[in-house]
Amino acid sequence: MMKDNRIEERTVDMDMTETKISARNVQVYYGETHAIRDVDVDILDKTVTAFIGPSGCGKSTFLRCLNRMNDTIPICRVEGTILLDGEDIYDKRVDPVQLRARVGMVFQKPNPFPKSIYDNVAYGPRIHGLARSKAELDDIVEKSLRRAALWSEAKDRLDQPGTGLSGGQQQRLCIARAVATEPEVLLMDEPCSALDPIATAQVEELIDELRRDYSVVIVTHSMQQAARVSQKTAFFHLGSLVEFGETGEIFTNPQDPRTESYITGRIG
Amino acid sequence: MTVGLILLIVLAIALSGYVLGRRRSLRMVGGDIRKLHSLPGFYGQSVLIFAAVPALLVMLGWMLLQPPLVDRHVARLITEADIAEGSSRDLVMSDVRRIADGLDQMMAAENLSEDALQALDAGDSDIRAKLGNVGIALGSDVRSAVFEAAKVYRDSAATGRTLMTLAVIGLALTGAVFGYLRIAPEYRARNVAETSVKALLILSSFVAVLTTVGIVLSLLFESLHFFRLYPAREFFFNLTWNPQFRGGSDLGIFPLLWGTLYVSFVALVFAVPVGLMAAIYLAEYASKPVRAVAKPLIEILAGIPTIVYGLFALITIGPLLRDYFAQPLGLGASSSSVMTAGLVMGIMLIPFVSSLSDDVINAVPQAVRDGSYGLGATQSETIRQVILPAALPGIVGAILLAASRAIGETMIVVMGAGAAAKLSLNPFEAMTTITVKIVSQLTGDTEFASPETLVAFALGLSLFVVTLGLNVIALYVVRKYREQYE
Amino acid sequence: MSMPQTTGPQTGHRASKSLLEVDAGTRRRNRAEARFRSYGIAAIGVAVLALVLLVTSVLSNGLGAFRQTFVIMDITLAADTLDPSGTGDVDAMKRVSTIGYGKLLKTALIADLESRGIPTEGMSEKEIAGLLSKEAPAQLRNMVLADPSLIGQTIRFKTYATGRVDGYFKGRVSMESAERDSNVTPAQLELADRMRAKGLMSVGFNWGFLFGPDASELRPEAAGLGIAILGSAYMMILVLVLALPIGVAASIYLEEFAPQNRWTDLIEVNIANLAAVPSIVFGILGLALFINFMGLPQSAPVVGALVLTLMTLPTIIIATRASLKSVPPSIRSAALGVGASKMQTVFHHVLPLAMPGILTGTIIGLAQALGETAPLLLIGMVAFVRDFPSAPPEGFMDPAAALPVQVYNWTQRADPAFVERASGAIIVLLAFLLTMNIVAIVLRRRFERRW
Repeated sequence: MMKDNRIEERTVDMDMTETKISARNVQVYYGETHAIRDVDVDILDKTVTAFIGPSGCGKSTFLRCLNRMNDTIPICRVEGTILLDGEDIYDKRVDPVQLRARVGMVFQKPNPFPKSIYDNVAYGPRIHGLARSKAELDDIVEKSLRRAALWSEAKDRLDQPGTGLSGGQQQRLCIARAVATEPEVLLMDEPCSALDPIATAQVEELIDELRRDYSVVIVTHSMQQAARVSQKTAFFHLGSLVEFGETGEIFTNPQDPRTESYITGRIG
Repeated sequence: MTVGLILLIVLAIALSGYVLGRRRSLRMVGGDIRKLHSLPGFYGQSVLIFAAVPALLVMLGWMLLQPPLVDRHVARLITEADIAEGSSRDLVMSDVRRIADGLDQMMAAENLSEDALQALDAGDSDIRAKLGNVGIALGSDVRSAVFEAAKVYRDSAATGRTLMTLAVIGLALTGAVFGYLRIAPEYRARNVAETSVKALLILSSFVAVLTTVGIVLSLLFESLHFFRLYPAREFFFNLTWNPQFRGGSDLGIFPLLWGTLYVSFVALVFAVPVGLMAAIYLAEYASKPVRAVAKPLIEILAGIPTIVYGLFALITIGPLLRDYFAQPLGLGASSSSVMTAGLVMGIMLIPFVSSLSDDVINAVPQAVRDGSYGLGATQSETIRQVILPAALPGIVGAILLAASRAIGETMIVVMGAGAAAKLSLNPFEAMTTITVKIVSQLTGDTEFASPETLVAFALGLSLFVVTLGLNVIALYVVRKYREQYE
Repeated sequence: MSMPQTTGPQTGHRASKSLLEVDAGTRRRNRAEARFRSYGIAAIGVAVLALVLLVTSVLSNGLGAFRQTFVIMDITLAADTLDPSGTGDVDAMKRVSTIGYGKLLKTALIADLESRGIPTEGMSEKEIAGLLSKEAPAQLRNMVLADPSLIGQTIRFKTYATGRVDGYFKGRVSMESAERDSNVTPAQLELADRMRAKGLMSVGFNWGFLFGPDASELRPEAAGLGIAILGSAYMMILVLVLALPIGVAASIYLEEFAPQNRWTDLIEVNIANLAAVPSIVFGILGLALFINFMGLPQSAPVVGALVLTLMTLPTIIIATRASLKSVPPSIRSAALGVGASKMQTVFHHVLPLAMPGILTGTIIGLAQALGETAPLLLIGMVAFVRDFPSAPPEGFMDPAAALPVQVYNWTQRADPAFVERASGAIIVLLAFLLTMNIVAIVLRRRFERRW
């Protein structure tokens, strides 16, 4: 098939050392429903990759495969290979807990824990045992909040509940919480869909910052957002990966007619 | 005429009013119901309401008011001289009532005519024995004045009853006729009927409030009565509980309160961890089939009446604890003990704690769980560090409700804890609780006006206040918690 | 597909370790996980074990109550002792007391033993007659008085064996315990064995336990549940008649009509609290209000029913309101839209749709009421009642017992045979509850609607 050939080509073109996650022939089933079929994709390090597509196309489902969040849904079954740094994350020997420490996730709706801001950020480092002392933990919390551009707003109210922040602040808190465990990959599932434009702009800026240290995968239904923040874009439709390539390429010169229809607003 | 019969007559009048009213409305418009303001049934209903409601209200009021009025009337007939040494007006009046109730049976048994009864005098015939024959046992011979009062009592009650019958049936008929005559095509029967039905609905919703008022009033009045006979300071601060039949009792609530709290504490120490862990397992870990079996099994425990738990404590757990723990350890030889009652009560509370906790755990949004898993937390870390702290207010509410249950529980402690009022720390010793003493003080054959009996009301009041306090706090906490996630 | 092992560039923070090896920290955390999980399983285990233990205890103690040892003997109802006047006049025959019948039974039993060749040497006549229940003479007397034509005939009379012999056949009494027991001797038990072998004694289903009245302290073998079952049934009928309409009416008002104000708020808080008031407090209310103030009779089903109604109301109201709430507003809008009044909307559309839920809640409330004991103790239902209450409505005022109170009553008696009775009564009670709950579940399954 044409699509497959193209992906093969690109894979060959790419510098192997930069591939962080490599997915091949991924299938996802929800009970009887075949939700994702034959997805092959490579996610590069220090790059923002955007997954776009109409609602229900499977982009979020696929994202959740990358840190095995789908394990928490009993009826969900994943087939195929997904390699992180060359290791199969669905291997029997892999503990999802260890995997998720390296592949963090930020969710659609800001979901701070009903704890203080400090405890929210310190949660990951605590459970993974990343800090040897209180001072170190304080350090991590500060660094993470700074990285999430929340430090200036939150530094005086670290002991107040995270649920008391505004929506945009909550989402940045969730990002701070995710980066506090020092993941290698950060998955973001429509992180701005519950936010107003100003908060969205702040988060987008943040994503661009994060690219320096992490490989970021972002699911979005906003094509403008994908165009603004990502270097690579994958277009999903009806559970299949239709097209994957440089963001500029996809938006200016889509190869597949379906991609073109979506980008020009004919599929929504 | 008996109350049931009067009710039936009123009902019959009301129903025929319905039928006639309906028919009248139809006749007025020549069967063309389009000309009526309301459907014919509503005209019937309006007649029914006018017939039944006032009559029934009067009947209810009459039945509530007549006994105290007759009482007051008869009590005036009894002079100080008629009250025996060591007795009181209340006791004499209760005798009067019992004799009056027994007179009819006595007349039937002895084939007495009404005149013969009036001629009967307590002085020259053995009334006590005659009443005893028909099952009315009296403590002493009947004084003449008391017997005369009883006759007056019986007469007044009968007269009152006759008057009531006449008034109620008369009112029902008047109401029916009134309602019937009001019927006209433009008469807004539906509005009348619906307003009345709504009034009925409102009235029903007051029953719950009236129940609370009734509980509070009856507890308060009898407790005040008790505190007039026994100093309140003694009741709350005396450290002994030792009721005597012949007065001079020590009626301190403290040992009972201690027993109550001790048993409840043991029960909660058992039920809270088990119930909470069971809820956590069912909500977070159990596979669907396991949940489908285990959850109803645990809920069965909630549907078992407390008397069954009581029997279980009495015949199984009590002897078991005595033979395998208390006696080998030298801690006691009693099968009823704080431990027995506490353990069994704990079993009873498991489903209570677990289903309430299950609710609050499930109320924690999935997004919060996802957030934790997404950071690489294990399930138990998520539960212990995120879900439980988030659900804590709700769980505290559940535990408070369980505590209120434990404190108010009666049958298990009656059958499992024992009857000795003691202040001891040994959980294998028999101790007693507030509820046990309420039962024992109110089921014996003691005089109703004695402090030994009335103390039960003061105990009941204390129990009510404590459990109400716990419930109010618990419901408030749970409500606040729910709001947090809505 | 195998890819070359790539180590990727160091990202500046933690060095990535292989995913395929579980590191020490994770291993420790997984152990904690397993531990936590096992606590959960243990908790479920404890709860289920408690249930099993409870059911086993009740069944093993109580099933015996449904089987009873009977003595089946031939007895000649001699006219000269039972009807000394010879007139056949029942009133005259009433002069012969149970003592006279007792003597007759004793001689008849001894004669029967002799005719069947069952040796009784070394036993006094009193010991032999002691095998019969103390209830037997009264039973025989009632039988004769009910049918005087029996006099002069030889009839086959079936009566209870004494509780100790019954206990012997059920394993509760042994030869050793009989040695120490003043109520039975080993010789009597041996004789009972011989009588059973010859068919003079048999063990069979005990209908008297289900339908007979209670019996006194000394006659556990004759104690039955009849009055208790009837009393409970009377109360349940009254509770249903009172609580269902009031509860439904109150719920309809609160859910459909009540304005949101302080007063309705008060009612709601009040109902929630009432549901958690200890049951014994309702007993105190019943005693103070219905018996002392209103002068209703003690031990009467009507008083018990009133108390239980007040207790059941919150349950019914809560269930009914939930059920009304689950009817979608679109149904109400539809009815109001075609010009129905609010009242018609509720009674024609909302209420019928909510009915299955209401009935389920009511049945569950009734089941609670059926098992309730403590308040009934306070309103005098512990009294010993020997006579069946008459038919309703007068019967509602007659003294009666109630199933759970009867259980309590029996546990307060000294003879261990009553433990078996009490457990047996529990089985009956649980059977009723089980039936009610199954009906409720079936109702819910059958009519449950998903909107």
